Amino acid sequence: MDALLEVREVTKAFDGLVALSGVSLRVRPGQIKALIGPNGAGKTTLFHIIAASLAPTSGDVVFAGRSLVGLPAHRVARLGIARTFQNVQVFPGMTVLEHVLVGLHQQAPASLLSAALRTPALRRAERRLREEAWALVRRLDLEAWAEVPAEVVPFGLLRRVELARALATRPRLLLLDEPGSGLNPAEKQALASELRRARDEGVTVFLVEHDMSMVMELADEVEVLDQGQLIAEGPPAEVQRDPRVVAAYLGEEDGA
Amino acid sequence: MTARLRSPWTAVPCAVAVVAVLDLVEPFGVRLGHLTGGLLTADLAVRAGLFTIVLVGLNLLMGYAGQASLGQAAFYGMGAFASAILTVRAHVLGIPPEVVSAWWWPWVVMAAAACAVAGFAWVVGWVILRLRGHYLAMATLGLGIMVYIVLRENLGMPHLNLTGGFDGIVGVPRLRLGSAALWPVGVYLLVVWAAALACVALGENVVHSPAGRALRAIHGSEAAAESVGVDVGALKARIFALSAGLASVAGSLYAHFQAAVVPDTFGFVPSLELVVMSAVGGMRTVWGAPLGATVVLLLEQLLRTHLLGLVPAVSGELEPVVFGVLLILLMRFRPSGLVQAAPAP
Ligand SMILES: Nc1ncnc2c1ncn2[C@@H]1O[C@H](COP(=O)(O)OP(=O)(O)OP(=O)(O)O)[C@@H](O)[C@H]1O
Ligand SMILES: [Mg+2]
Repeated sequence: MDALLEVREVTKAFDGLVALSGVSLRVRPGQIKALIGPNGAGKTTLFHIIAASLAPTSGDVVFAGRSLVGLPAHRVARLGIARTFQNVQVFPGMTVLEHVLVGLHQQAPASLLSAALRTPALRRAERRLREEAWALVRRLDLEAWAEVPAEVVPFGLLRRVELARALATRPRLLLLDEPGSGLNPAEKQALASELRRARDEGVTVFLVEHDMSMVMELADEVEVLDQGQLIAEGPPAEVQRDPRVVAAYLGEEDGA
Repeated sequence: MTARLRSPWTAVPCAVAVVAVLDLVEPFGVRLGHLTGGLLTADLAVRAGLFTIVLVGLNLLMGYAGQASLGQAAFYGMGAFASAILTVRAHVLGIPPEVVSAWWWPWVVMAAAACAVAGFAWVVGWVILRLRGHYLAMATLGLGIMVYIVLRENLGMPHLNLTGGFDGIVGVPRLRLGSAALWPVGVYLLVVWAAALACVALGENVVHSPAGRALRAIHGSEAAAESVGVDVGALKARIFALSAGLASVAGSLYAHFQAAVVPDTFGFVPSLELVVMSAVGGMRTVWGAPLGATVVLLLEQLLRTHLLGLVPAVSGELEPVVFGVLLILLMRFRPSGLVQAAPAP
């Protein structure tokens, strides 16, 4: 099947430090794909490049047949790529519900004039947005926190708030950078079933994850990145046995 | 709305407005202006209302979009001069006198000027705001000085003498509504404050609209806002345009109030004064606008009429110093301004 996302020969250098070199991979529509690798391997850098918040030094990223390189990040989001961040990015002072409403921004009326005058059309649109936001809040079990500002929400739930905000954009591809980190086992279970549900509804999922048991359980396919290069690719069970992968992780432990 | 209900400070502009009206009415033949030692005058209340209109836009720009403007008085001046030129010197431009003397003409000019100034700001913002950082502050600083010089130098067309150069333009007519003149000053005070409160309401609407939410989101995390499709640069440019348009309306209302305009009113110092007012009232609130304008104007008046008299040896130069010290104290003890931002409902 055709790839939804294709990364072609992407290289990224930060003032001499090569974070990614010649990375090529494909994500097929409808799959859950995991990207693993030791600390500093370049996983987050690759996600930033896909989401166009970083430009690659060379190479190309193609999403649904069109190149994303050179587009501003908000345009890439509008093409159907949503993401969450390794260091949770919330909006202080805004409630959980408002986070989801910001996620619905693309469907919101844009005119400042109608906003200032609070026209009937704007109020109707706002009511519809709120209904949709509430539905997502309920779906992710965040009702109890809906009216609470983000800074008083427990960390584990903030990851879920980010997920809700990302899902609100109705993405075709969801990029999740370590969505399970900092979660307890029960929260990880809830996250896994939420991601499966999203996948079943047609969202393709590409995630970075350190927790191998979660990767084994969730992912259809795994890519392994080490020192900026892909070293293995395949079904989780196979990849886990791959000697190069074992070596990469052992090397990390030795170095630590 | 919540900010207003929570802060007793917002009673200040209301009280000033009430006292100013009473001052004009002269209950029992006593002028309240005299009882307050000449502190509260209708003139001050009108100016507070005009600045409120400018500050609503400036607060949206600085407090919500996170972009400082050090040249907002330029837009105020563009509105004021547009109204003055197109009413007093319209004949130079070949506009027929029967149009110029119609009651609706100044209103049309006011609206058209606001649109033109907003459009101009949008273009400037569109170019500047896609760069991150404090470029807008620098660009508006330059813009403010440029506009001031252009006004002073007669738009570069001395033979037409449109702006009147240093001396500006006198004889700007009062506004009328049909055959009713919006004068004496008590009537104009009500008109200005009605407009100011309408602008506060518009500002509140913007803050609580999807666009306002996106603005607050930008403030929290630009990366996250972009990741859901918010065009950060475009939104900031539109807020900048809105703020410029509001400043222009206030400038037009000012021209018809003062009946005379001179470039000096719209230079660099007035731009800074606006930033100070915004900071004093609280830039992350819309209700900080009327409060900041009123409190700062009252303070200036107090310094001028009372404090300076106590220190006869020094000249008027003391005023900005005292003012600066007060501002530093404010920033030290109440950095978010007098009205604290309340979480939106
Ligand atoms: N903005 C930057 N400037 C310079 N170097 C950077 C920058 N961002 C990342 N790097 C470097 O690039 C390399 C890859 O970093 P990256 O964050 O992509 O790793 P990662 O695989 O996500 O690691 P982790 O598992 O710790 O999150 C690291 O050596 C990092 O120090
Ligand atoms: Mg990372």
